[in-house]
Amino acid sequence: MKLICLSGCPNKPCYILKFKGLTLMLDCGLDMGSALNFMPVPLVHSQKLQQLGNYHPKDGQDPAIEMELKEANVLNHVFVDSVPEFAAPDLTMVDMAEVDCILISNYSNMLALPYITEETGFKGMIFLTEPTLHFGRLFMEETIEYIARSTKGQSARRWKDLHQTLPHPLCESVNPQAWRTIYNREMMESCLSKVQLVGYSEKMDVFGLLEVSPVSSGYRLGSSNWIISSEFERIAYVSGTSTLTTHPCPMEQAPLRNMNCVILTALTQTPQTNPDPMIGEFCKTVIETTRQGGNVLVPCYPSGIVYDLFECLAGQMDINSLSTIPMFFVSPVADSSLAYSNIMAEWLSATKQNRVYLPDEPFPHGNLAKSGRLKSFRSLHDENFSTEYRQPCIMFCGHPSLRFGDAIHFIELWGSNPNNTIVFTEPSFNHALALAPFQPLLMKAVHCPIDTSLNFGQSKKLIRDLKPGCLVVPEIYTHPPAATPNRSDLKMETDIPKYTLSRYETITLPIKTKFESINIDPKLASALRPVEIRPGLAIATITGNLIAKNNKFELLAIEDKPIEIPQKRKRDSRGLIASSLSTSSTPLIPIKSRKPAEYLYGKLNVKEFVQKLSAIGIQDARVEELSKGCSIINLESEDTLIQVEESQTHILSHDETAKDKDLNRQRIRDLLLGCLNKF
Amino acid sequence: MSDITVTPLGAGQDVGRSCLLVQIGGKHIMLDCGMHMGYNDDRRFPDFSYVAGTTLDDVTGTGNPNGALTDHIDAVIISHFHLDHCGALPFMTEMIGYNGPIYMTHPTKAIAPILLEDMRRVAVEKKGEVNFFTSAMIKECMKKVIAVNLHQIVKVGEDIELKAYYAGHVLGAAMFQVKVGNQSFVYTGDYNMTPDRHLGAAWIDKCRPDLLISESTYATTIRDSKRCRERDFLKKVHDCVDKGGKVLIPVFALGRAQELCILLETYWERMNLKVPIYFSMGLTEKANNYYKMFITWTNEKIRKTFVERNMFEFKHISGFDRSYIQNPGPIVVFATPGMLHAGLSLQIFEEWCTNELNMIIMPGYCVAGTVGHKILNGTRKIEFKKGKPVEVKMSVQYMSFSAHADAKGIMQLISYCEPRNVMLVHGEAAKMEFLKQKIKQEHGVECYMPANGETATIPCPITIPATVSARLMDTEAEAYAQRPPDPKRSRLLHGVLVMQDNQLRLMGAEEACEDLGIPRHTIRFTSTTNLSDAGPLEATQKRVEDLMRRSLSSMEYEVQVVEGEISIANSSVLMKVEQNEDDDGIKDIMVSWANQDEALGSTLLNLVQNMAQ
Ligand SMILES: [Zn+2]
Repeated sequence: MKLICLSGCPNKPCYILKFKGLTLMLDCGLDMGSALNFMPVPLVHSQKLQQLGNYHPKDGQDPAIEMELKEANVLNHVFVDSVPEFAAPDLTMVDMAEVDCILISNYSNMLALPYITEETGFKGMIFLTEPTLHFGRLFMEETIEYIARSTKGQSARRWKDLHQTLPHPLCESVNPQAWRTIYNREMMESCLSKVQLVGYSEKMDVFGLLEVSPVSSGYRLGSSNWIISSEFERIAYVSGTSTLTTHPCPMEQAPLRNMNCVILTALTQTPQTNPDPMIGEFCKTVIETTRQGGNVLVPCYPSGIVYDLFECLAGQMDINSLSTIPMFFVSPVADSSLAYSNIMAEWLSATKQNRVYLPDEPFPHGNLAKSGRLKSFRSLHDENFSTEYRQPCIMFCGHPSLRFGDAIHFIELWGSNPNNTIVFTEPSFNHALALAPFQPLLMKAVHCPIDTSLNFGQSKKLIRDLKPGCLVVPEIYTHPPAATPNRSDLKMETDIPKYTLSRYETITLPIKTKFESINIDPKLASALRPVEIRPGLAIATITGNLIAKNNKFELLAIEDKPIEIPQKRKRDSRGLIASSLSTSSTPLIPIKSRKPAEYLYGKLNVKEFVQKLSAIGIQDARVEELSKGCSIINLESEDTLIQVEESQTHILSHDETAKDKDLNRQRIRDLLLGCLNKF
Repeated sequence: MSDITVTPLGAGQDVGRSCLLVQIGGKHIMLDCGMHMGYNDDRRFPDFSYVAGTTLDDVTGTGNPNGALTDHIDAVIISHFHLDHCGALPFMTEMIGYNGPIYMTHPTKAIAPILLEDMRRVAVEKKGEVNFFTSAMIKECMKKVIAVNLHQIVKVGEDIELKAYYAGHVLGAAMFQVKVGNQSFVYTGDYNMTPDRHLGAAWIDKCRPDLLISESTYATTIRDSKRCRERDFLKKVHDCVDKGGKVLIPVFALGRAQELCILLETYWERMNLKVPIYFSMGLTEKANNYYKMFITWTNEKIRKTFVERNMFEFKHISGFDRSYIQNPGPIVVFATPGMLHAGLSLQIFEEWCTNELNMIIMPGYCVAGTVGHKILNGTRKIEFKKGKPVEVKMSVQYMSFSAHADAKGIMQLISYCEPRNVMLVHGEAAKMEFLKQKIKQEHGVECYMPANGETATIPCPITIPATVSARLMDTEAEAYAQRPPDPKRSRLLHGVLVMQDNQLRLMGAEEACEDLGIPRHTIRFTSTTNLSDAGPLEATQKRVEDLMRRSLSSMEYEVQVVEGEISIANSSVLMKVEQNEDDDGIKDIMVSWANQDEALGSTLLNLVQNMAQ
């Protein structure tokens, strides 16, 4: 089994798994962290962003890059003044035409799919759950629409050739040459029309060689871990898993037991903090700000934790008598996200699911919307937005990178007032870097990243419980985060064999087939003579006709058919060559007898054997004991010598005249077999 | 593994209370637990005494804490929320006693208790029945239900696997595949192979079950196009209200009702009609809420547009009040229940049936014994109260809107899943017989149609699953690959079958002995024969070698010669020709083999001895 890592970001994974002659792609994440290297794409002309000066190329640098780069007002950061680009999996190491199927674990790990389905020779299957498809589509649509609003047409390329010589953050970018602008709507539609929906615990067959099956991972609506199994090998791909109770269906642990190998990725991006206190912190910040009359900006994705934020926040606002402060949810897909979340009962936690039986909507945000406390809009240019807009308010909008989406507008609008607050809850973007192009700002920035995926403690416990044969983790998880090098608890340690890999690395895993499955023909089985070796263990010698069909084996009873013997060509009396007719005859040794009919075990009791010999008239046996368990029995009258050892008996006979036609030997053989155990 | 047996307790050559008992691989599964709406006595529930194998009085009295039936049934599966498929469930679980698992889809789990409660109220409060199950019993019963998702493989204990497939028909209706070991069957419940205005079509993959148990309500009907029937329906309703008549459409709260509502709503909008349409309250609003929340179970079109417009929010249709019955002027009313056996629909019918301007449209099947069934069969005098027959003057229309598969649909499903046997249930005997012949002819598979209480035995090919060591398979494959390919040649697999812990493992003999710590004992025979031959040793060796090759050529043995020593590949046989030490004119031919190659060894020895004589 081989595993190749195509992504540099363990939280936007992409692996290639080669196993049983098949090639599987595990996840197809699009790393949007690269967008932070770019200037924000404002919706309307932005005075402030426009004022940033161009970068002054140093000696030896291509002077043309001046037009591509802008210098921020703080930290000496430099940003690319062009449409944001994203890091898709690097496919130079794989021939996509050979990939048989792609397994998607959750909607945030599928955003690079259109590049694969529309631009490579890939023609395999893509498996994902229904919520993954719906919400993945919303994520794609939102990004496409945000980028499409941009007026920037150019794509800056020159800086990429010398990015290592440029200031932060550009010098840290890895392989920017491979970055891509976002795909278009047609590519997305075409891509999503090619996927195949799978339910939890549904087993999908891959060419009769493997079975793949998703099980709930508790992280997002419809998120799954994948079990990849052949008849006797089981591999689990555990990506984006949460053992906390939030809105999705809880993680299923039992099916992940007894694995030969667990591939573990997409652990928490905030190992130092826990989600619960962060949600508390979030609510506290919002309440404090709005109580002072300030506005709160929450850059967010259109689905996911945002549902929990609505729910928690509404409750906390009620307790603090702030129910009149409106919550706005602005995204091109806001309505769809709210609506879809409420029709996915089958994929929700038990508490949410039970509400449907009443029937009530599983999420409270439906009722919040009906009562007017939560208002959703496609964008701030919606005709109704200006009439509904009130301050102070809580604004949920995209994009958490602050490089595109409506959030940019609100930073500009509210940034100069220290009463306002921006709260970062999405963990995948560095908030200081996200804000850098907008500096200086007076609005407060609060960082409460919420990541419900497994932390190291939970991962270790999980692996201890699952006890897989071996574990594969991204190399980065084997040492503490760079920010906290002394926190030795923040790394992956286990007492089972562990393999690590990093970007573009290939590893070979020692997964060997020990058993295969076979069906035995009842006719063959009924002819077997099982021998009980000891209580609970019986053995029968078996020979059958092996049939292999569709990778399934069957063992049938042997039928001895007459065999055809081609006759030698002969010249007949007239000198003509007779046609080479075949005649059939029964073979010298029937097929059934060509394999051993039985096996012997145990020791030979020499005394018993000699007694039996004399019973049939062989009286002259002379036993000579050589050492313990070893003796020689001499049967002079039969011209036969028998060497007896612990685990073997050797009968040497000499027949000078071939007169008895082997009869003596057969008599002795029968006696011997009668003295030994056999199966 | 034994054969599969099926015993209908209801729905065997019959429509009205589906309940089948299936034995597969020693496991017992109950499929549906329906109630007959046409009876008010014992006959409305399936005969559960059959399950326990004794009269129920015997088992219910024994105070088995597990419930009388729990030990006899491993799982109960409910296909959909129609009462003829789940109406007897609380009776069985709470009044007879069953504590095992019950499986149904999420929408069925949500909606079934509401219909059960509604039915209970009508039976107890309106008809004054006693000894009926209570509301608390319905709740207790539903606690035993495990909701399943479509296509999810659910394990019941160690050995049973269930998988639900979309069945159309009504919201949440599912077909179930049940697998035990190598055997499997599919139970369709009610299904529909053509999409309608609110639901999609049933679908199943090529799962090749040993048995497909299909409903056959419309076994002989090949229905005209849906569009025609819809146009016809709208025209009839429109004509009636134009003349000032009242239209009554008896429906079940969930299912066809929503489809017809969508149909009338769009027609009213298009034609700009103002005649009021009502839907009997209570259930309706709730029902529509279920549709809104389980929209993933509706058809493609509704699912695609639900964010902008939810099809189950009606503008022209409002809630009905009993006082409207006497209102003058045209009116259209959807009222429950659908078979006119009780409740509001029957009450409205009683009021309106004497006026020939009015019309009743029966959009679904009515079981024998109901008023609906009577008027559909042309009965014009109905006794609502004993001894006071009322003449029915209103126009009675039947429109087959109930979403069952027709003959074409049933054949289509058979092609989809390719079963080895088919069984027809939930239909009328004569129609089934016709379809049975057709299935045998067109699909060449055996077709069964047991009556209630009759057990059908479906023979299944027996296979014995085992595991085989990869080492043994590799050795065989290697040996096989060394020879020139010949598709006709058989591949012999030889080893030992280890029976331990209820498992069968096929391994090489040595591998097994090593693994299990069994001390092997080998017997080797070495026999020497004297051959009178004065020629050179090499010539004798050549003669012996030729003899071996000639004799063994047809039997796939491979003769190898290394430095004068002859051996047979993949065996313990060795042969040597040597000069006799005492006599120049004699050669010693030695044949040696281990006991397991006795057949080959003794044959070769014989050949040598024949040569010597
Ligand atoms: Zn039905």
